[in-house]
Amino acid sequence: MAETLIRVREVTKNFGEVQALAGVSLWVGAGEIYGLVGPDGAGKTTLIRLICGALKLQAGSISLCGFDIVADTERARGQIGYLAQRSAVYEDLTVMENLKFFAEVRGLSKEQWAERCRWLLEFVGLAEFSGRMAGQLSGGMKQKLALAVALIHRPLVLLLDEPTTGVDPLTRLDFWRLLIRLVRDENLTVLLSTPYMDEAARCTRVGFLHKGHLICEGSPRELRSHLIGRVLELIGEPASLLINLAKADQQVEDVQRFGNSLHLRVQEGQAEMVIRRLEEAIVKAGGRVHRLRLVEPLLEDVFIVLSEG
Amino acid sequence: MTTAIFTKNLTRRFGQFVAVDHISFEVPTGQILGYLGPNGSGKTTTIRMLLGILHPSEGRAQVLGYDVISQSEQVRSNTGYMSQKFALYHDLTVWENLVFYAGMYGVREEKRIKEVLYELGLDEVQTQKAQNLSAGWRQRLALATAIVHHPKLLFLDEPTSGVDPLARRAFWDLIYSLSAQGITVMVTTHYMDEAEYCSLIGVMRAGRLLALDEPQRLKDSLPGQVWEVYVEPLLQALEAIENHPAVRHAGLASDHLRVITTERRSIEVIAKMLGEKNFQVQMIQPGITTIEDVFIALQ
Repeated sequence: MAETLIRVREVTKNFGEVQALAGVSLWVGAGEIYGLVGPDGAGKTTLIRLICGALKLQAGSISLCGFDIVADTERARGQIGYLAQRSAVYEDLTVMENLKFFAEVRGLSKEQWAERCRWLLEFVGLAEFSGRMAGQLSGGMKQKLALAVALIHRPLVLLLDEPTTGVDPLTRLDFWRLLIRLVRDENLTVLLSTPYMDEAARCTRVGFLHKGHLICEGSPRELRSHLIGRVLELIGEPASLLINLAKADQQVEDVQRFGNSLHLRVQEGQAEMVIRRLEEAIVKAGGRVHRLRLVEPLLEDVFIVLSEG
Repeated sequence: MTTAIFTKNLTRRFGQFVAVDHISFEVPTGQILGYLGPNGSGKTTTIRMLLGILHPSEGRAQVLGYDVISQSEQVRSNTGYMSQKFALYHDLTVWENLVFYAGMYGVREEKRIKEVLYELGLDEVQTQKAQNLSAGWRQRLALATAIVHHPKLLFLDEPTSGVDPLARRAFWDLIYSLSAQGITVMVTTHYMDEAEYCSLIGVMRAGRLLALDEPQRLKDSLPGQVWEVYVEPLLQALEAIENHPAVRHAGLASDHLRVITTERRSIEVIAKMLGEKNFQVQMIQPGITTIEDVFIALQ
């Protein structure tokens, strides 16, 4: 059993009358990438802000690497790096000056940070831009600088709040390669939130937050297994006919577009029946079926079911 | 078929920097154009020129038949615009926000306001202040302010950034229903699954328009074969194959690798190599080309 680096127990947080978190408990073991997902307003950002100490805990407890964040705030905070949705780097400082500034804020001496900065800039691919003003960096580069800043004091735990929202697919892929390397080579443990289900699928475990409750948790494989045998893929034309006929079927619970295909969620044990019946109905109505078959559920299918519940 | 958007060598420079570099395209009325590209590739600058907010440095553009420079007022009164940062008055209610924007466009009838609220499902939150709405509701309100004056063309600049998967789906249902009413839509997004829902796709990089075509034609034009490779450990396997001459591109795709080989049979070479290097290959299957593949191949 790996060491537990993040332990959240029965955490509750209210903003006025609104309950943002209602008794959430979770733990993250060393070397994990734990992904928090859930609808907007589910409490993801609040939970991350509580863990990094930016918000005050009302009830429950949080410990980081064994240090309680209330009783042992400084030591607990010293273990974490935090990257917010809108990363704060100083645009009128150079890349290197930003790193130096945050190193000194963290209380590192020059001997400690000089070598670390060089390594980090190399790692995130900004070495040749160390003299450039942060304001002159592209969005993707700025985010890499923010990542380097979050890692300057060699934290054991990295907290990331939707680090890839509003970022193009290539930059997202780059960012994830860095994350996986950090976990593999630097023994970092990561807790992040994301609206991208393909990213959630890359995590070791995923927790689903809904209205302040952690309603489901497990590896991506475990979460997807709940829907095995219940997701059909339908490709054909015309799209509107397919959607209408699928929605009209009593045993079809939900119809969603997935790229140029449709995913139909059917009731347990009804897949074969629905496939036969629907294919017939589509052809009869003058449509065409290119493909109608049972597929492996995606995390997005799971997300949709959980969001409804 | 009439043309909703027309550009010819449209260019915009900011000092030495060429934000949009001689782009030429046409969008027929009624289409949904998905406009893709990395941050800073010129998508927003293009939209701002088409709205007549920003003057082109060179070239020309027409929107709904109006010249964007000499007839910018007609352009703006017939188009709707939803920007990345939904511009809403936080201390006004949903109703008040909509009345305010309607007034700017000269729309005074309460009937139209009610109609839009109902159409977008905003009637149930109409007395709430904008600041108390979730991101998904704010996004709908921003869309409402963009369509209250019956525009014939809608510019949506990253409308779904920062909203959850379910809200994104609901938003696209709205875009479809607007499109079904004959409204032309130009939308930018970083979500490649949304790009699949568009009837036309344009891809930008560094100010240049690299391609603009129907999604299927873009996919058909992608050379090579796509594979889904389930292998452990993932990152090491990626590092082992990405520079192989038979691999055109390899990248992470949720819990597996997505590999584009130069030829169909090259995958056998790759599989053999992974096996020899002691990777655990669980499954390799041919993949269906997606817009994300096209996007990555073009960048």
